[in-house]
Amino acid sequence: MDTFNDLRVAVTGGTSGLGLALVGELRRRGARVAFVARTRERVDRVTAEQPGSHGIVGDVARKEDIHRIALQIGAALGGLDVLVNNASSLGPTPLALLADAECEDFALALETNVLGPFRLTKALLGALTASAREGRGAVVLNVSSDAAINAYAQWGAYGASKAALRHMSAVWGEELAAEGVRFLSLDPGDMDTPLHALAVPDADPATLKRPETAARELADAISAALAKEHA
Amino acid sequence: MIAASRPVQRPPDARLLVITGDGEIAHAARSALADFLKPGDLVIANDAATLPASLHGVHLQSGAPIEVRLAGRSSLVREDLRFSAVVFGAGDWRTRTEDRPLPPPLARGDRLALGPLVATIDGVLGHQRLVALKFEGRADAVWAGIARQGRPIQYAYLDRALALWDVWTPIAALPVAFEPPSAGFTLDWRFLRELRRLGVEFATITLAAGISSAGDPALDARLPFDEPYRVAATTASEILQAKARGGRVVAVGTTVVRALEHSGGRSGEGVADQRIGKGTRLRVVDALLSGTHAPHESHYQVLRAFQGDDVLFRAGAALEASGYRTHEFGDSVLIFSTGPSAGTDTDRFVCDSVLPAKPVLAALA
Repeated sequence: MDTFNDLRVAVTGGTSGLGLALVGELRRRGARVAFVARTRERVDRVTAEQPGSHGIVGDVARKEDIHRIALQIGAALGGLDVLVNNASSLGPTPLALLADAECEDFALALETNVLGPFRLTKALLGALTASAREGRGAVVLNVSSDAAINAYAQWGAYGASKAALRHMSAVWGEELAAEGVRFLSLDPGDMDTPLHALAVPDADPATLKRPETAARELADAISAALAKEHA
Repeated sequence: MIAASRPVQRPPDARLLVITGDGEIAHAARSALADFLKPGDLVIANDAATLPASLHGVHLQSGAPIEVRLAGRSSLVREDLRFSAVVFGAGDWRTRTEDRPLPPPLARGDRLALGPLVATIDGVLGHQRLVALKFEGRADAVWAGIARQGRPIQYAYLDRALALWDVWTPIAALPVAFEPPSAGFTLDWRFLRELRRLGVEFATITLAAGISSAGDPALDARLPFDEPYRVAATTASEILQAKARGGRVVAVGTTVVRALEHSGGRSGEGVADQRIGKGTRLRVVDALLSGTHAPHESHYQVLRAFQGDDVLFRAGAALEASGYRTHEFGDSVLIFSTGPSAGTDTDRFVCDSVLPAKPVLAALA
């Protein structure tokens, strides 16, 4: 796909589940990819498995890490066309009723799923708008969930944080349309990933979507958004 | 002037001294900056993000503690891990740079351990504090090491240490500046939206802003160091369009003046090695938004390309008399040049170039 040729993409949560599948999918389509994850060993492993990709160790839930991550993304790719805020926290694990949830676990879901994407998007907005001004287009994809819309028992912290992320995407999109930055909020569906296994340990994997399938769909959505930008 | 000691990029009470093309001086709130622009003008800022260029570590030959301040580079290429650097002995930013001890004697081949990073000295550049160095290892690992070990270059006049987010302008993009292109602190997204509403265009260049002061007269006399830059094709095109419609090019920061005057407004990469000062014939830039600079600062020289010394003297007196704040987080000056930039004649503008021809003539069609 031509839209991905030489495209500069950053993916958070890039060493497992959907993020890992996205790194592979984007690389196959010709994008230049930097990915972020918390664990050095896993970052090193994925970097080795995906030659040419740029692994960055950092935690999007930590304010102190955000500009260090943004710096390394900029240094690795020389700019940024697409940011995928994929890293997510469930909040309490195992999942808990809201009334049983610890505040700290709720806070972690908000830090990872809302404030992290807010901070990282803000830190990278200069790079994204520069890309838009240069006619390359700029897209921010925030990975959402049906829990952002529907009320599921025990998914309160995660659902509330994803609802906030979804609304934030909409406001970002409204405010930055004139700057040429498009915001997507997409629900990849229930996937066979470590995050899902943590939430629903006894789920039958056969009933779940493969993350590689979801990654293809998200890559198609990014491609369509960029094409619309160029239209 | 008064040192602005709190690192707030956009204090609500920030002030703006305006020097018109006729040499008239006016005082305004910086929030009213857009009032001094006209539809058709083009505002250009430096979108370089600031590196945490201060690295503490050890000179391995002597075991002495040192602080390395990365200060310059000859390209913007990520694999280029060679830097010029100013080296201090023991101590930190709370001591004024003027009072910081010299590093141990440094020699070519010496190695420096800077947290997770190791650098080798390639040469001493005519001063005991100034060296060329090269980091060892792969580019990704070196940038990760700089991100982890580095801190922004600090200022002794501030009331606290700066974090990276304090020195990134709202439009910060490529991480290549050694000190912040601080005129860009004035920009926020509300202002950019206001420009659009007014019919004022906005574009960016990227210039690896070097250090503004080394605290040593012999070194400071050599500033500014050479600075690599990039002008995007779309920015060059915006400049041509602004010139064609009679709009003014307003540079946000002296680094933008340096890049645009070096490139002649054309797209491409280059290394700005010229000095701008009294007698410099401006080819591209018509006005400059900058900090409040005193005559001994290297940035002040740039102002002399815009206005005569008599006007600058009166402006300096006005800044003093009205208690303007100075340094990176201080108030601002908007200065218009006495005449239109030489490039207003479009034909001459296109031909009069220092870079290999890469014209963006489509904009004129």
